[in-house]
Amino acid sequence: MASSFEISGLSAWYGSRLAIEDMSLSVEPNQVTALIGPSGCGKSTFIRCLNRLHELIPGARAEGKVMLDGENIYDDAMDPVAVRRAVGMVFQRPNPFPTMSIQENVVAGFRLNGRKSRKELEEITQAALTGAGLWDEVKDRLSSPAIGLSGGQQQRLCIARATAVEPEILLMDEPCSALDPVATLKIEDLIMELRESYTIVLVTHNMQQAARVADRTAFLLSENTGDPGRIIEVGPTKKIFTQPEDKRTEGYITGRFG
Amino acid sequence: MQAAPSTRRKLTDRTALVVMALCIILSAVPLVSILIEVIVKGLHAIHGLSFFTQPPPGDPTSKGGGVANSIIGTVLMVLIASVVFIPLGILGAVYLAEFAPGTRLSRTVRFFAEVMTGIPSILFGVFAYGIVVVYMHHYSALAGALALGMIMWPIVLRTSEEMLLLVPPGIREASLALGTPKWKTVLKVVLPSASAGITTGAMLAVSRAAGETAPLLFTALDWQFISYKVTQPISSLPVAIFNGATSAYDPQVARAWGAALTLIAFVLILTLAARYVTNRRSAT
Repeated sequence: MASSFEISGLSAWYGSRLAIEDMSLSVEPNQVTALIGPSGCGKSTFIRCLNRLHELIPGARAEGKVMLDGENIYDDAMDPVAVRRAVGMVFQRPNPFPTMSIQENVVAGFRLNGRKSRKELEEITQAALTGAGLWDEVKDRLSSPAIGLSGGQQQRLCIARATAVEPEILLMDEPCSALDPVATLKIEDLIMELRESYTIVLVTHNMQQAARVADRTAFLLSENTGDPGRIIEVGPTKKIFTQPEDKRTEGYITGRFG
Repeated sequence: MQAAPSTRRKLTDRTALVVMALCIILSAVPLVSILIEVIVKGLHAIHGLSFFTQPPPGDPTSKGGGVANSIIGTVLMVLIASVVFIPLGILGAVYLAEFAPGTRLSRTVRFFAEVMTGIPSILFGVFAYGIVVVYMHHYSALAGALALGMIMWPIVLRTSEEMLLLVPPGIREASLALGTPKWKTVLKVVLPSASAGITTGAMLAVSRAAGETAPLLFTALDWQFISYKVTQPISSLPVAIFNGATSAYDPQVARAWGAALTLIAFVLILTLAARYVTNRRSAT
């Protein structure tokens, strides 16, 4: 069974500006939880709080409780580096390491943070690339530079890199926003497969994408420009898209704003 | 149908083109003539390999001999300056770009580094004279190396910082999100991504230092024998050119031309080597 998040009272600041306020959400194991909402509603800030990446921006901080399998990752005794090892992340723009080859990228988590034999690294490479649906496309050029791949392939490489270290949860911050429709479809199929072994939190700008892949969906909104983002409504994806309880959710999904 | 351009427009077009071409040719004249002059006179003075292996003869009126003492001096001082000040510059840049970006400290240091690149190089000679030569009571290669290093330092700092800031933030986040500590991210991900640019900046600084004359005149002075002692005066190619060119004896003037060609070749080889390294890095 994969891990789960129990988030309560999470707020985050950039300097003195409150970006998200008092967010609470439970992320169920082996499910895809999607976060939707208009630009500036704090989706990315929220997801970046879940692996303590947010606080690395100068002046930024976060407060609240994020329980990962019963342990608060914001506890004083918690090492943020250890949190980031347990919670993997895929970013908006594909960001393979430009100086490394395809294989070196996949096993970067081990190359940077531990020792493994050559044979183990080869096995990990094949497993992770197969899992990311990229093995057949790149198996003959594992040692060529990663930046030679197409955008969609680079993003699947980044997914392989994040899953190679076997995190407990996978965060995906608009993983398809820089990709064309065909590449997007491949990533979505991949998300459905990854759900078998991982818990996934997916930020998306694209409501259809949330409808297609997510088990549960949360709608975030910052009501006026400058207001902090809040969670307006959470529920099973089908319910959010067919019978939303909140007027504002209904307005957003029917395209009246956002 | 479009009307054909008027004769006046055609004429203006032609005139502008000719004027621009003339400007290009004009600006190339001094450069090319200097190069030709140095190559012709330099090759004439370099009579054989012994030019690079022998010091000048004791008698300034006799022909033969070489500038080995100056080549050794330049290489030695530039080497000492590089070994000490290139790492200092790169480490400083890493701190400014990775650990204190946008802070008052980094803005202040960047401002002073910019000012330092504009300071006339002779002042670095005065500085080295004041803190090394005065205390040691004699001129030395060490004082020369310090003056050259002080010239290289801000160049390396500025170019390295700019190259580090050019590394996309996404690369850093990717590494941090894998659970890599910050220092390891900088060492294994950010620095390799910027290495080509940093190498170019360092080579630029080395070429600049190798050609400096003024700061060496009263720090390293000159020495007509081959010497490897860092606490003693030492010759260098620019100072040898300066002293030789102002000499009354023809053989000394000729050796100065040879030294000039040697210096140009030295800088050219360094630049080409930097290009080669840069291209190979960015190709892989």
